[in-house]
Amino acid sequence: MGGARLLPWSRRGQPGSQSAAGRAVVMATPSVRAAHALVDGDLTPLPQPQGSRASREGLGSRAPRDPRRGPIPWAPGMNRKKLQKLTDTLTKNCKHFNKFEVNCLIRLFYNLVGGVERQGLIIGLDRNAFRNILHVTFGMTDDMIMDRVFRAFDKDNDGCVNVSEWVHGLSLFLRGSLEEKMKYCFEVFDLNGDGFISKEEMFHMLKNSLLKQPTEEDPDEGIKDLVEITLKKMDHDHDGKLSFADYELAVRKETLLLEAFGPCLPDPKVLM
Amino acid sequence: MGLALAKLAQWTAAGHGAGTLEITPLNEAILKEIITFVESFIYKYPQEAKFVFVEPLEWNTSLAPSEFESGYVVSETTVKSEEVDKNGQPLLFLSVPQIKIRSFGQLSRLLFIAKTAKLKEAQACVEANRDPIVKILGSDYNTMKEDSIALNILDKITRDDDPEREIKKKIAMLLKQLDQHLLNHSLKHISLEISLNPMTVKKDIELLKRFSGKGDQTVLESIEYTSDYEFSNGCRAPPWRQIHGEMCYVLVKPHDGETLCVTCSAGGVFLNGGKTDDEEDINYERKGSIYKDLVTFLREKSPQFLENMSKQGISFNEEQQKEKDPLSEAPKKDEAAAFHKDISGSDKRSLEKNQINFGRNQMTKRLEPSLNWKTTVNYKQSKGSVKEIQEDKHTGKLEKTRLSVSLGRAQLRRKSAEKIEEIISDSSSESEEDEEPPDHRQEANADLPSEYWQIQKLVKYLKGGNQTATVIALCSMRDFNLAQETCQLAIRDVGGLEVLINLLETDEVKCKIGSLKILKEISHNPQIRRNIVDLGGLPIMVNILDSPHKSLKCLAAETIANVAKFTRARRVVRQYGGITKLVALLDCAHDSTEPAQLSLYEARDVEVARCGALALWSCSKSHANKEAMRKAGGFPLLAQLLKTPHENMLIPVVGTLQECASEENYRAAIKAGRIIESLVKNLSSQNEQLQEHCAMAIYQCAEDEETRDLVRLHGGLKPLASLLNKTDNKERLAAVTGAIWKCSISKENVTKFREYKAIETLVGLLTDQPEEVLVNVVGALGECCQELENRVIIRKCGGIQPLVNLLVGINQALLVNVTKVVGACAVEPESMMIIDRLDGVRLLWSLLKNPHPDVKASAAWALCPCIENAKDAGEMVRSFVGGLELIVNLLKSDNKEVLASVCAAITNIAKDRENLAVITDHGVVPLLSKLANTNNNKLRHHLAEAISRCCMWGRNRVAFGEHKAVAPLVRYLKSSDTNVHRATAQALYQLSEDADNCITMHENGAVKLLLDMVGSPDQDLQEAAAGCISNIRRLALATEKARYT
Repeated sequence: MGGARLLPWSRRGQPGSQSAAGRAVVMATPSVRAAHALVDGDLTPLPQPQGSRASREGLGSRAPRDPRRGPIPWAPGMNRKKLQKLTDTLTKNCKHFNKFEVNCLIRLFYNLVGGVERQGLIIGLDRNAFRNILHVTFGMTDDMIMDRVFRAFDKDNDGCVNVSEWVHGLSLFLRGSLEEKMKYCFEVFDLNGDGFISKEEMFHMLKNSLLKQPTEEDPDEGIKDLVEITLKKMDHDHDGKLSFADYELAVRKETLLLEAFGPCLPDPKVLM
Repeated sequence: MGLALAKLAQWTAAGHGAGTLEITPLNEAILKEIITFVESFIYKYPQEAKFVFVEPLEWNTSLAPSEFESGYVVSETTVKSEEVDKNGQPLLFLSVPQIKIRSFGQLSRLLFIAKTAKLKEAQACVEANRDPIVKILGSDYNTMKEDSIALNILDKITRDDDPEREIKKKIAMLLKQLDQHLLNHSLKHISLEISLNPMTVKKDIELLKRFSGKGDQTVLESIEYTSDYEFSNGCRAPPWRQIHGEMCYVLVKPHDGETLCVTCSAGGVFLNGGKTDDEEDINYERKGSIYKDLVTFLREKSPQFLENMSKQGISFNEEQQKEKDPLSEAPKKDEAAAFHKDISGSDKRSLEKNQINFGRNQMTKRLEPSLNWKTTVNYKQSKGSVKEIQEDKHTGKLEKTRLSVSLGRAQLRRKSAEKIEEIISDSSSESEEDEEPPDHRQEANADLPSEYWQIQKLVKYLKGGNQTATVIALCSMRDFNLAQETCQLAIRDVGGLEVLINLLETDEVKCKIGSLKILKEISHNPQIRRNIVDLGGLPIMVNILDSPHKSLKCLAAETIANVAKFTRARRVVRQYGGITKLVALLDCAHDSTEPAQLSLYEARDVEVARCGALALWSCSKSHANKEAMRKAGGFPLLAQLLKTPHENMLIPVVGTLQECASEENYRAAIKAGRIIESLVKNLSSQNEQLQEHCAMAIYQCAEDEETRDLVRLHGGLKPLASLLNKTDNKERLAAVTGAIWKCSISKENVTKFREYKAIETLVGLLTDQPEEVLVNVVGALGECCQELENRVIIRKCGGIQPLVNLLVGINQALLVNVTKVVGACAVEPESMMIIDRLDGVRLLWSLLKNPHPDVKASAAWALCPCIENAKDAGEMVRSFVGGLELIVNLLKSDNKEVLASVCAAITNIAKDRENLAVITDHGVVPLLSKLANTNNNKLRHHLAEAISRCCMWGRNRVAFGEHKAVAPLVRYLKSSDTNVHRATAQALYQLSEDADNCITMHENGAVKLLLDMVGSPDQDLQEAAAGCISNIRRLALATEKARYT
């Protein structure tokens, strides 16, 4: 096959959101490694902590961990009781994580944010911080898609991802069933939220997906064609746009189409 | 836009003046071909596309000016192209509704603009421009019609240096190519589409007649010809209609409708205008679409017919089948179609043949009638030519089947050819794939289907897209029919393979999955397999086997399974460590004892193991791979997988084991590893393929005695015997009979088989079976025949006749087995009588001329009991003219087995004094003497017997002495075989009647050896030895006496 690669992106391309990544780089390393620890965790549930009171703060929830990955630090300013309570409530609503995992995620969250809520002050991950996590931890690159992922995480639409949204989102990200993932992806791709992915939306999402060839008369020609191909493949009721039913049918037939319009789930190679 | 049109297209019956094309499948196909040609013209020959026609092509278009976009000056009723010629005239000018076009470039664009109306536009254009060549190239080229002169014109063009001339020449060439292509294409089309001839139509009508009449159950109320007179060619249409290919007219009255007047023509069946008022004539004009035959037509027209047909369907179809079978000239459409799909080397060959045929037609100018059915005389000729082509195809197909048959046989015979295999290193089934198919790229001609362009576009996106676009393009590509060769080759020809393989090197899991899914499908094509290996795809796939993604592993293994169907690929897999990795896949590590509830997780592990086994199955056809697999610890894993209940897993596992069982190591392991038990268990599975492979594996292993016993102990003989009754699946039957053959080498097994009445069934299989089955059936009978009881069974079931019939075959393995059975049966006098009556001895004798030594030897062995048991054996033997000379001359062979068998036969022949005299005259003594210096005990035994028999005539005793046969014979006494001892002692006893021989014996120390023999428990031996000693002693006494008196 010769040395030269045919494909422009055979190694993962430069992130589209370099600036975003740059801005939030300060807080990236330790916490992100912690996220890795979680992400890397096997599909088997982590062993429940022993009852021994090991640490200075007297928390008993330090599971045996891979020493390479360093411990998740204690959430700053969080008291134990509160953490326990929060863990319990969130575990109840979360079907894919056990109590211990939820506990870790909560601590991780507060570490990322750098503090806990006090009297009505809502804190959470803002768009940039969240995008940085998406980029560094989950290997996402597409600016627009990352924005959409943020919106999908941010259920209450208040501009930041709070702790419950965080746990929920990650539950889907890491352990979600195909059904959940389909719902989520469709939400991400449906840019205007009208329940359909229109041609325009597709065009918008795919517009950077082809290498521009300077010789071509109409640079958008290829994209338009790609949109048509996609429609032909997925639009089962031939109404010129994708409903969730269309999308679901297509994905069930061919799982590769789950992220048809851009990677919005963790890159599988990051999970491995 | 070639002259082919003028010749090929079916113009309306109304005559040339009106000049409209009929809508027939043939015309449509031609137009489509023209469209693809013109559409691609602008890309392929940009230079030529600019060439300005001498005269514009004009026709009335249905396109509106508004449909033209960029590149055109559009007004209310006119359109001009921006592209102009030297004089500033636009190359396309549309003034509603007339359009004038003067270049191929514009024609191409027009077709793109026309989109769905392409066909209509092309048709209009062709109709309006009956002589496109003249318009395009000028009237000079009119002569192009005369093919023979075409070259002259081309010459003329070459002499001019004008660059425009160059282009003209190129265009002329291109048009000629298109022309050729159209002719070929339409011939292909005709052979597929038009399958009717007077005979088939007649049969159809007669058949329908039988099922018509009053009442609800019949399919039709009535069906009648319009004319009672039948012409000698089977047609009923008047001659002036036969010109148009019409054969007869039928009045059909269905239960639910008016009487239909139907025309049956060579092109198909259609509704005509019905009877005209004067009751005599028919309005011949076509009124409806064309159907491929009468039944299809009626199905469409009458729902009642359809319903009643389905009621009577079975019997009707059977009848139809019966009717059709003897009609060899009736082209079997399905077969032809299937044949076309399955394009292989032989197919291509036959297509070439078509082409050749075609060329001939063209030269003799029979082309026109052959496609248009212009006159009755030519009609027949052309029929002939079509028939010829069809026959070509059939032979092509036959060749292929024959090939596969012989391959199967080869596989079955693998064991016996073990020595050869060691040299070749790969098992014989390989040859199937190793014939490199001719690498036929699709010609850069007009025959590219639309899929080609769509695939090209998708590959462009694969090359220039990011992950998202790539995944979309891959998914879309999977929507094409990837099982179709056109698509497979299209992907390759547009450079898709390179990209797909390149994608495997990226670290995008989704792209890899998508790419492998496509590669998996298209690698069913042998050419693609080779291309994948050439492009270095295998090492990459082997690496993917290490991937943590299970679905990726599965896909890669499945693709390897497809690709590794030829030696080179298998070698590459091994060299890159693929075997070890594949073996690792087999280790799915779940406890097979509790298969009831598999979690999803485990199910995927099982799937990985299954794919691994699939790939190993393909790879295990190479000797070195089997070895590598064994070293990688594949056997225990396979053995473990064999215990799973999953059928789709068992097939590749058993398949692999069966391939591997050709190796001694594996056979030992199979014996030791309780594999036979599982194999026997799976013989009773419901899956035919699994049964086949299990039986095949038993066949491979059952050479070994212990294994045969194991098969019996695990109760494998009963399922084998019961599978014998299922004769529909020939491959399975071959494997089952093979297993029975090898198992029946053990006497206990034969007893069991007799219990299960397998011998009777085997006799039943002696007729109407493919050779690879026959070889095994006869082999099995040969083993069973060693017992008297079974010989009687064979005779009573009437097995002797088919066996003797098989003696005239040419299959060497079969002949060896048949002669063995016939020989065994001949031991029994009653069977011998039947054999004699059927002239079986003569047939056996003729086999002595067979070029293959195994057959010769086996025939000679079979002759022994025949001569022994036949009445008047001496007379019978003498009756074979030249037979005795033939058998004596076989003593010159250098094959030990042949020699031994011929010696045995000579022993029997020599029992008749007259025959002994004849063979003595043919020089049997020196020939036998020459053989005396051998170490082969079998040969020694029979040679000594032959010598002792031959001593009975004339001065043969002396002659043996003169030819120095005595000294070597004495040495035979030192051999370890008592049979040799006995025969030798007898020979020496005979020889010792001659004094010189006695001296030789004494000199060679025979006395001491013989003295030992006297102490043998074998009475014959004792007697002969003693007799010999006494002869020697007597001579010594006589000498002494002579000396002292």
